[in-house]
Amino acid sequence: MSDTDPSPTTGHHPGAAKPSGAVLLLDPTSEAESTDRALTARKPSLDGLTIGLLDINKPRGDVFLDRLEQQLGHRGATVLRFAKPTFTKPAPADLRHEIATQCDAVIEALAD
Amino acid sequence: MTVDPGRIDALRTRYDGWGLTSRRVEVGSLEDEAEAMFNRGWTDGLPVVAPTEARVASMLDGTTRSPDDVVALMPPALVDCTVEKVAVNAVMAGCRPEYLPVVLAALEAICTDEFNMHGVLATTMGVGPVFVVNGPIAERIGMNAGINVLGHGNRANLTIGRAVQLVVRNVGGGRPGEIDRATHGSPAKLSFCFAEDETTSPWTTLAEDRGFARSTDVVTAFCGEAPRIVVDQRSRTADSLVRSLADGLRSAVSSRVVTGMDAMLVVSPEHMSRFSDAGWDRARFMEELGAHLMVDTDTIVTGAGGIKEGLPEAMAGLTLPKFRPGGLLVVHAGGPAGLFSSIVGGWLNGPMGSEPTSREITP
Repeated sequence: MSDTDPSPTTGHHPGAAKPSGAVLLLDPTSEAESTDRALTARKPSLDGLTIGLLDINKPRGDVFLDRLEQQLGHRGATVLRFAKPTFTKPAPADLRHEIATQCDAVIEALAD
Repeated sequence: MTVDPGRIDALRTRYDGWGLTSRRVEVGSLEDEAEAMFNRGWTDGLPVVAPTEARVASMLDGTTRSPDDVVALMPPALVDCTVEKVAVNAVMAGCRPEYLPVVLAALEAICTDEFNMHGVLATTMGVGPVFVVNGPIAERIGMNAGINVLGHGNRANLTIGRAVQLVVRNVGGGRPGEIDRATHGSPAKLSFCFAEDETTSPWTTLAEDRGFARSTDVVTAFCGEAPRIVVDQRSRTADSLVRSLADGLRSAVSSRVVTGMDAMLVVSPEHMSRFSDAGWDRARFMEELGAHLMVDTDTIVTGAGGIKEGLPEAMAGLTLPKFRPGGLLVVHAGGPAGLFSSIVGGWLNGPMGSEPTSREITP
């Protein structure tokens, strides 16, 4: 790879080749560290809660969510329905905000 | 020149740690560099070139942009990706510095809401970004538009596409088995980049078709699967060949899919000669091809032919085009001999999926 390396052996640039023979590489990653977040405490009961159902817009996701809505209703929860504009993109920030401010919990349906 | 204060400052900045801010990772003297990079998960499965300070600094000579300039918000992690990080990955991919502007423009094209690299990466369908380069830069940096154009043997074609994918993997965190859970994947996920043969083409180029001047350097990103061949060695007239190509295109992705997914058609020089002999320009070809790509929906509604996959029954009785307007990208490339063209099937198109996206390549 000498064609991309102007001076692979000379030491005029610091650190590229240490006298010990160790080589310094540049990290190709974003170097971002992910943060661990504790899970939200589990709800003891569904009674009186508002549950958001998020349809990612895949075929038959509505079949699954219709059934969940029915079951949650039987258990005293209020259900709000949401849908992503397309399953191929992350949920828009406005939609996430809407769910976060209106619901106690959310269930997202993946389906096909 | 060396006593010019500006020059001295520039040299000092450069040689005092090269002005590069990426974290330094030390590889021990007894450690094999290639193995060390495999072990850190930095590769696509093939060995990579060690990104030393000297190599990355040399790579950055390929652009006038500052190393800390942010190129794009890189999916899936949505982190800022700097020119320096692109250069590091371009070294690893095996690029020469003069390829870097193409890599940068390609990344800008895919990291848009229109192209939707997040979805292209995360879909279980085996698709990836396919890049077509137009303009004088293609020849200047030695890209291949001829023999084996979609295959191996050309450093620029292979390493530019590879560098883009390494950036998505290393900076964006789009690793197979994690966010990228493609059922089969595709060779397009490794590298799929080529140049259009503009010099022997009688037609306007893909970039011209998309509104750019012929003298402008342009990279066009298309979300596509691996290429497949349409064999036609018997057609001697434009009319026969256009019907034949339409026949092949009708089954792109699935013969049950109409208008929802795009495709790219790579017309070989020998196939092109049938059209140029008949005096067909690009517009005439597209018009004739479109006429042979009208689909009777009775044949592709759910249940037709004993196949459940298909359009809703309510859409029976219609005649629809296989591709939406602008949904078929036609490129001229390939070796001078061989009566074949290639089809690259697309993915969900438009705002719901991915839109073909072109960007000017700048220094």
